[in-house]
Amino acid sequence: MLLEVKNLHAQVAEEDKEILKGIDLTVNPGEVHAIMGPNGSGKSTFANVLAGREDYEVTEGQITFDGEDLLEMEPEDRARAGLFLAFQYPVEIPGVSNKLFLFTAVNAVREARGLPPLAMDEFEALAAEKMKMLKMRPDMLERSVNVGFSGGEKKRNDMFQMAMLEPKLAVMDETDSGLDIDALKVVADGVNRLRDGQRSFIVVTHYQRLLDYIKPDYVHVLYNGRIVKSGGFELAQELEEKGYDDIIRQFSE
Amino acid sequence: MAETQYQEIDTLLQKNSFYKEGFYTQTVVDKLEKGINEDVIRAISAKKNEPEWMLQWRLQAYHHWLTMKEPHWAKAEYAPLDYQDYSYYAAPQCASCATDHDATEDEDALIDPEVAKAFEALGVPLDDDAEIAVDAIFDSVSIKTTQREKLKELGIIFCSFSEAVQEYPDLVRKYLGTVVPYHDNFFAALNAAVASDGTFVYVPPGVRCPVDISTYFRINEAKTGQFERTLLIADKGSYVSYIEGCSAPIRDTYQLHAAVVEVIVHEDAEVKYSTVQNWYPGDEDCEGGILNFVTKRGLCEGRNSKLSWTQAETGSAITWKYPSCILKGDNSIGEFYSVALTNRRQQADTGTKMIHIGKNTRSTIISKGLSAGKSDNTYRGLVKIMPSAEGARNYTQCDSMLIGDKCGAHTFPYIEVENPTATVEHEATTSRIGEDQLFYFKARGIDEEDAISMMVNGFCKEVFKELPLEFAQEAEELLKISLEGSVG
Repeated sequence: MLLEVKNLHAQVAEEDKEILKGIDLTVNPGEVHAIMGPNGSGKSTFANVLAGREDYEVTEGQITFDGEDLLEMEPEDRARAGLFLAFQYPVEIPGVSNKLFLFTAVNAVREARGLPPLAMDEFEALAAEKMKMLKMRPDMLERSVNVGFSGGEKKRNDMFQMAMLEPKLAVMDETDSGLDIDALKVVADGVNRLRDGQRSFIVVTHYQRLLDYIKPDYVHVLYNGRIVKSGGFELAQELEEKGYDDIIRQFSE
Repeated sequence: MAETQYQEIDTLLQKNSFYKEGFYTQTVVDKLEKGINEDVIRAISAKKNEPEWMLQWRLQAYHHWLTMKEPHWAKAEYAPLDYQDYSYYAAPQCASCATDHDATEDEDALIDPEVAKAFEALGVPLDDDAEIAVDAIFDSVSIKTTQREKLKELGIIFCSFSEAVQEYPDLVRKYLGTVVPYHDNFFAALNAAVASDGTFVYVPPGVRCPVDISTYFRINEAKTGQFERTLLIADKGSYVSYIEGCSAPIRDTYQLHAAVVEVIVHEDAEVKYSTVQNWYPGDEDCEGGILNFVTKRGLCEGRNSKLSWTQAETGSAITWKYPSCILKGDNSIGEFYSVALTNRRQQADTGTKMIHIGKNTRSTIISKGLSAGKSDNTYRGLVKIMPSAEGARNYTQCDSMLIGDKCGAHTFPYIEVENPTATVEHEATTSRIGEDQLFYFKARGIDEEDAISMMVNGFCKEVFKELPLEFAQEAEELLKISLEGSVG
């Protein structure tokens, strides 16, 4: 078992409104889980709580990640322990090159794993290999992080970071439906290339489209802060046909 | 929520109570009583054994100063200063006797060992074999000028201002006050009246100075004003790179630093003037910090002359400083590269003036203002194209970065164009280091301190690449310390 979420409750920090109302989820190594649900169900909150964003406050429940108490860890320590959050909208960092950013990140993660730091030339060789795999232009490494990147390029850059950091669990926050089909393919392609039977994924999405490319092992429907239904890939197809209306009717309070 | 959003950044910044240059050196001091009057000025002049013309110049400046009002137009608040509450001359005694002594070979023996220790602790090399030639100024006097003999062989004069008055009176008289006249402004007048010491550099025609020349200013005594006067002359076709560094002990009352720098650049000559300013900024509320009220100006006198100012300003409670270029010679070039960081309650009002007089004169202004804590950071700049400046060009880029949400950034660009063939461009941006960016770094395993440091250095790199290499590193370190307080 890689991740175990038990009775997770969370709210927006310093507001009294509960968003997650008792989530239970277990992810084993190598599994791909999709979390779907209508808008406002708490999908994005769940992804961000896993990564440790401080805008949210966990009020109840436990999360164990690779044997450790995840909720006790700072966001950077979670990343170093092998948890990766793919951002819905990757942030622009003017003035900091992709190379410096990722070089620092890779070595921070390696240090936490007890590995010696990569020298710059070793890093560059590894980066060149991964960029080739992801069909990225080599000059992307020299540019400021995500600055002036198209939506698809930003996604590709996030997948590149994931490939370089080699996480144990990648949480893909693809809540928004605004992504074009190319960007979705980039994400799906990134996930599929990194699926190796050991690495696990949680893919958060609103639409089935992304899942057509990824084909998750499990699908969970999040509604009103709880997982109300779980199943295999067929559940995603069912939702695509029927929409969320049934679920809303069945579980609304 | 708005109030707590940046709490973490604020907490991080508050760790910055660490100013490693804040030690005090115990020495026997020859110090004038507090206060300013004609007798004090005569006493300063007498201590320096100055010729009559120098005394007269001081007195003229003093009388003019009395008619002037302390300026308060800058975007910085401070209570009017009590000029009678400062001492206008302080010297470690061993060093002060050195000024009566003209033998240079046994100068070392005359440096107070405590003073030598202080400079060692500050990392200022006082030996003649260092990569850099240094004029070390401690309170009101220059205690040592290194490599002067080596430079002399090339015809380069590098000595303290006081010595130049004695040894090269003709050069000093010819240039002193020609770029910054004694009546220029309130603090320049005060400086001319009570000028303590400073550096004098003259590079003869066609000589390229082989080492960086530098001055390190150290304020040590409490309630002592420092009023150094620096005069730098690059004769035809010469080149020199000059650097200044500054620091002061931790005090609980404001200390006044009102310096004047004059640079004269002749035909085909080039001067690169770099400053890494790390004056004590004061306590959490900036009480006791340095008031840095400085007039720096250069005259590009000859054709094809070039003057480049680069500054990294991280210290001082208040900075009031506008290194300027008067581009008189045709085709002359003026440059201003600046990083100004303010934290806590520091206030900086800094920028430049580019006065285009000659034909095809060009100027570039790159200003990077970083505001953190509860500070205010202001860029104030003037680009003036005179009617004679056919084909003049200016490019100005003014970027502000806010760290947290309690600080301010302000930009006041003044542009006056009196020649229709001139081209003036101005670009300005404001950005903020926000929680989203910090979280992005953290989500990739990079901690907050490294994240801020990377973003700040990225923001400043256009300016840092203009600094001599080791000073660029020092400036980066300073920013890191000023922002994080965790580097030991």
